[in-house]
Amino acid sequence: MSDYRDHAGLSSTFLRAGTSSFTEFVSLIAPQTLPGARVASGALGTGSAAHLTAHATTILALCYQGGVVMAGDRRATAGNMIAQNDIQKVFAADEQSLIGIAGAAGIGIELIGLFQLELEHYEKIEGAPLSTIGKANRLSTILRQNLGLAMQGLAAVPLFAGWDDAEGRGRIFSYDPVGGRYEERAYHAIGSGSIFARGSVKKLYRDDFTAEEAVLAALQGLYDAAEDDSATGGPDLARRIYPVVWTASLDGAERIGDDRVGEFIDQIVAGRRTRPDGPAAPVL
Amino acid sequence: MSMPFYVAPEQQMKDRADYARKGIARGRSVIVIDYADGILFVAENRSQALHKVSEIYDRIGFAAVGRYNEFENLRIAGIRHADFRGYSYDRSDVTGRALANAYAQLLGTIFSSGGEKPYEVELIVAELGETPETDQIYRLTYDGSVQDEDHYAVMGGSADAIAQTLEEQYATGLGLAAAVQLAVRALESDGAEPRQLGVGSLEVAILDRRRTQPRKFRRIVGPRLAELLAGSAEGTQP
Repeated sequence: MSDYRDHAGLSSTFLRAGTSSFTEFVSLIAPQTLPGARVASGALGTGSAAHLTAHATTILALCYQGGVVMAGDRRATAGNMIAQNDIQKVFAADEQSLIGIAGAAGIGIELIGLFQLELEHYEKIEGAPLSTIGKANRLSTILRQNLGLAMQGLAAVPLFAGWDDAEGRGRIFSYDPVGGRYEERAYHAIGSGSIFARGSVKKLYRDDFTAEEAVLAALQGLYDAAEDDSATGGPDLARRIYPVVWTASLDGAERIGDDRVGEFIDQIVAGRRTRPDGPAAPVL
Repeated sequence: MSMPFYVAPEQQMKDRADYARKGIARGRSVIVIDYADGILFVAENRSQALHKVSEIYDRIGFAAVGRYNEFENLRIAGIRHADFRGYSYDRSDVTGRALANAYAQLLGTIFSSGGEKPYEVELIVAELGETPETDQIYRLTYDGSVQDEDHYAVMGGSADAIAQTLEEQYATGLGLAAAVQLAVRALESDGAEPRQLGVGSLEVAILDRRRTQPRKFRRIVGPRLAELLAGSAEGTQP
């Protein structure tokens, strides 16, 4: 572009009406900075690139009366090694919703940053936030742009949850690497330990959970996942590294402090000293 | 071949400035003023949907007077500028100064280009600091000049009369309710017939230092604004 305003910092593209989407805007002014651009440039060549970034594991979300909770363990793995023991994989997407990521950690963290910015950008330009389902759809679009990387073994899969003001309930959405979006009922887990986490929560879940009970159930689920999946980290009692837990409710998204999570973990560990497999559900 | 009339550059600039000023003078005024816990934006605006005041970034707010389509365009450009900068570097690298510079360059280039009409707008870019002393208020005019204002800034048709009232009555460290009342009193003293500005004809927002979330911008509307105008509430929850 040879617009004279290019020299002014705000080129004519900045002034062009049209999109309220940050990714669409960036694709106009600096497409090379978007995550999907690397594949288009052919820089990756062929073959798997999965070994290039660490792998993030289990994320769990469940609804309770008046909100939704999302929790994730702290481990990232690289093959048989532990790449990081205090990684954060669950974040607030905006002030009403949460996002967690499993899969290629480097890609996932980048996607989360872009998604957070996408929601904020829309809200500022339009003067009102997107609907919960609108946010979930937007995440699909961002994910679709990552398909090229996913094909090379760098798939990152998010879990999205938020408080839906219009419907007055918490909602959970899961995704596949091609951008397919699926609304989940009550609870869902993603990542390598998700099978165990989901099985655990399935037996504990009640739809009249309070926020506190929901957090405890989520932590129990992660504990069970860590017992059976080597890529999921359990609570590190010595270093006081605990799962990251967020809630989203009418009052907005809020992270539960490490001190509070530590108290829950202490209760869980104490309980498992008498019954190592965790709380038992009645058979009938 | 016809020759265009010669117009002296001085005359050309003066005509363009008069044109822009006339457009701006038609609009209602906006006040940006600092108070103990942040920066307050008060605009006389009867529309609840077409805003004159807006959020740009975590600690940066925007206010404008003049032609709506022009400042709306500038507002969106500012949000894009800030968000792209934050995306490229870090959230802490987005500054009000950089944004004020970008606006100044753009307005200045358009004003002196001759190719298109000058923008009929005035802008304020306000940045909330960690302490009241580090708050920044930049006022930009149609020709791209920037002023770094202390404590408060006024734009619009009757800016001089309003600034006079503020100068007489402003004190540092005002509470939110006191600051809102002062701003409204000043807007009412614009030399036109005396009138009372109520909730329905005001647009009020703050950059709130006490807010724990990174985004400090909040609009104040409805009952909360009425409470502040009534004066009893020095509440903590905006």
